[in-house]
Amino acid sequence: MSTHTATQPAASQTHAERTTWRLRLLASLGPLAALAGVVWAIVQPYRVTLLHPHDQGFWWLFVEPPLLVVFAGALFHLFVARVVIEDLLEE
Amino acid sequence: MQPPAEHVHWMFATGFLLLALFLLAEVIAGEAVWRKRTWRTYLWPSFLFLMGVLMWPVMTFFTNSTIHMVAHGAWAQVMMLAGAAELGLVKGKLRNELWRLAMPLAFVVSGLAFLLHEQNPWLFQRSSFLHHLLGWTMLLGAVFPLTRALRPRWAFANAGIALVFVVVAVALFADRDLAPVFGHLSPLAGEPHR
Repeated sequence: MSTHTATQPAASQTHAERTTWRLRLLASLGPLAALAGVVWAIVQPYRVTLLHPHDQGFWWLFVEPPLLVVFAGALFHLFVARVVIEDLLEE
Repeated sequence: MQPPAEHVHWMFATGFLLLALFLLAEVIAGEAVWRKRTWRTYLWPSFLFLMGVLMWPVMTFFTNSTIHMVAHGAWAQVMMLAGAAELGLVKGKLRNELWRLAMPLAFVVSGLAFLLHEQNPWLFQRSSFLHHLLGWTMLLGAVFPLTRALRPRWAFANAGIALVFVVVAVALFADRDLAPVFGHLSPLAGEPHR
């Protein structure tokens, strides 16, 4: 008796589970990074100069480390992760 | 109109964070899916190359001593070399697998540059601590790109490189021009201005 039919569904189920986990991880990378930036801004609000903008020069208002982390997470999610997820779903 | 040095560190930290995210995404998606779109295969090598290019103005405008200039110049060169080598390999223009050693070389040179251009002890001030931390992180982390050069498709090595970049990003974000570290600030360092 061939075991092919018995093992094939199990293998495809494992593959599907692995793909699901990949999708979840990919979808959460950007939001997690952005969340880290938000938490940082709450824990150290003085690192966000926009919250106390008086007498600040251009660079202190333009470069805000916690917001840069949020920006990186959002940028990655919108322009990279979503396309990778689409390709992974197609597979 | 030049940004303060710490701002430049934070902008580069953002670059390293993005690099880490790109590499992690490649590890999670798998090489086959990642390479489905041509632009994506060039994404992190070209980004690394660009960061190397942007290191040149940093070298020119933000170095206050010869040793700083040499360190920043070394980073610019090895980042461009590693990025260009990876671009050449994914494009197929470079066929010799030895080009993969450009990345571990970049890690080792970067680590040494951090350690050699920091002349103060770990707890002198925060930037001293971070220079030591970054130097040893890059030196020890070189094992990941070296492993990747020997076993290119091993996801563990790529994930390791990504995590090293996360550490680099966190350290650069924590950098201040003059600030204490764990409550220590040498009186020789000066007064924190903010």
